[in-house]
Amino acid sequence: MSERLVIVGAGQAGLQAAASARQEGFAGDVVLIGAETAPPYQRPPLSKAYLKGDLDIARLHLKPAAFFKQANIELRLGTRIEAIDRKRGIVKDAGGAETAYDRLIIATGAPPRRLDCPGAETQGVHYLRTLADSDDLRSILTADGTIVVIGAGYIGLEVAAVARSAGRNVVVIELADRCLKRVAGPAISDYFANLHRAHGVDLQLGAGLEFVESCNGRVSAVRLNDGRTVPCVAVVVGIGAAPDQGLAAEAGLSCDNGVLVDETARTEDARIWAAGDVANFPSPFYKRRLRLESVPNAIDQGKVAGINAARAANGVEPATYDALPWFWSDQYEAKLQTAGARPSGDAPGLAEIIRPAADGRGLSVWTMLDGALQSVDAVNDPTAFIVGKRLIPSGKPVDPGRLGDASQDLKSFL
Amino acid sequence: MAKITYIEHNGTEHVVDAQPGVSVMEAAVKNLVPGIDADCGGACACATCHVYVDPEWLPQTGQRESMEESMLDFAYEPKENSRLSCQITVTNDLDGLIVRLPEQQG
Repeated sequence: MSERLVIVGAGQAGLQAAASARQEGFAGDVVLIGAETAPPYQRPPLSKAYLKGDLDIARLHLKPAAFFKQANIELRLGTRIEAIDRKRGIVKDAGGAETAYDRLIIATGAPPRRLDCPGAETQGVHYLRTLADSDDLRSILTADGTIVVIGAGYIGLEVAAVARSAGRNVVVIELADRCLKRVAGPAISDYFANLHRAHGVDLQLGAGLEFVESCNGRVSAVRLNDGRTVPCVAVVVGIGAAPDQGLAAEAGLSCDNGVLVDETARTEDARIWAAGDVANFPSPFYKRRLRLESVPNAIDQGKVAGINAARAANGVEPATYDALPWFWSDQYEAKLQTAGARPSGDAPGLAEIIRPAADGRGLSVWTMLDGALQSVDAVNDPTAFIVGKRLIPSGKPVDPGRLGDASQDLKSFL
Repeated sequence: MAKITYIEHNGTEHVVDAQPGVSVMEAAVKNLVPGIDADCGGACACATCHVYVDPEWLPQTGQRESMEESMLDFAYEPKENSRLSCQITVTNDLDGLIVRLPEQQG
């Protein structure tokens, strides 16, 4: 009898899972269900080229309509799944309609954390996750007045860069003592703080938001915890994202900062997998659990989930997800490329090696844990990124002194 | 419109009508040409859209920039005529362009 694979979430991971299940020979129905009305699209440009107006909407779409026909994937858009009934093997949408599944992949992503302060719901407070969010944000880039960005993570800084490049006055408010603190080391934080300040961004570190002030129902200022008031016409919030795990948790699947899966992307339910931003998975290389918010993770893990759903249907041994994480960010003329997962800042035995790029225009920051290479953050230094991408998983011993010496050819480490 | 021919490593040809303004990578993806992954969507961050430009077309497709150059250094079997297809913008002058795909990406 023919099986049905249902995928909840039509972002990058969900789409990839559908495509990979087909490629791997899943013979039954494949149903890809998305809450948004737009067909699967790329999210990274929403805070970069698309926000700037450099990229047409049609160019955001990941696949042409012909793809879904050719791969025989049923795409259901504008459909929010509200419950999974594991006993009956069905998902239920907001309208109450039920869809039966034999195999299920959860790829619901990680929506932005919301502000939790007085005035947080005022008109003019923006978030950035969806195409609609980016369209809203584009409209404020053309208005006059200051834009306040809450949070100096990647989203906040990328939006700040676009807004500043569009000639807007930009104030960035960050609670931590340095930008990108959650994701990068001090040298990278300093690089990006200097970059933004050189472009005229007012970067306020160690500053907390007290409340959002409004005038005639619209944002007029933000009040900081040191008593200062910053007048503004819009607030953009980039304070991180939280996995959309409610569906899984309510269905009784274990969740802890994401839906818990094994190294084959499978949950504790043999018929359910999870992939992308929502999945918390054990990394064979790092020997710890990771949850990543990045396109490469969505693609690579979506691939594994799709392949394994097909293999389970066909009685074949599952594939393992062991791709090295990687990531990129574009801000002004700087391109950051990261390979590997950085250990937490307080990990014992953590060492950081800073290496200037050969052409003097960038740098790379390498982390080591007990002598083993863990990650590299490379700014305007693609060679460091690609060498890192190969060198880290190889487990080859590296002399930190040589690595930090810019006169040593990076390729000689491979 | 510019006609672009993509030749897979196994010799299969795909002829595509590409809109000026998009990249040679995008024209391939939108027309379901296999063998161009383009994981980063055209940000010159991943080197999974590597192609070999037919030598006759090298002058029209322009120069590699330094970022692309470095990424290509580590592509699978880079050659003199290697390019990242996300970095070539389609123009009417590229009508008739021929690119060949490597055996694998990355």
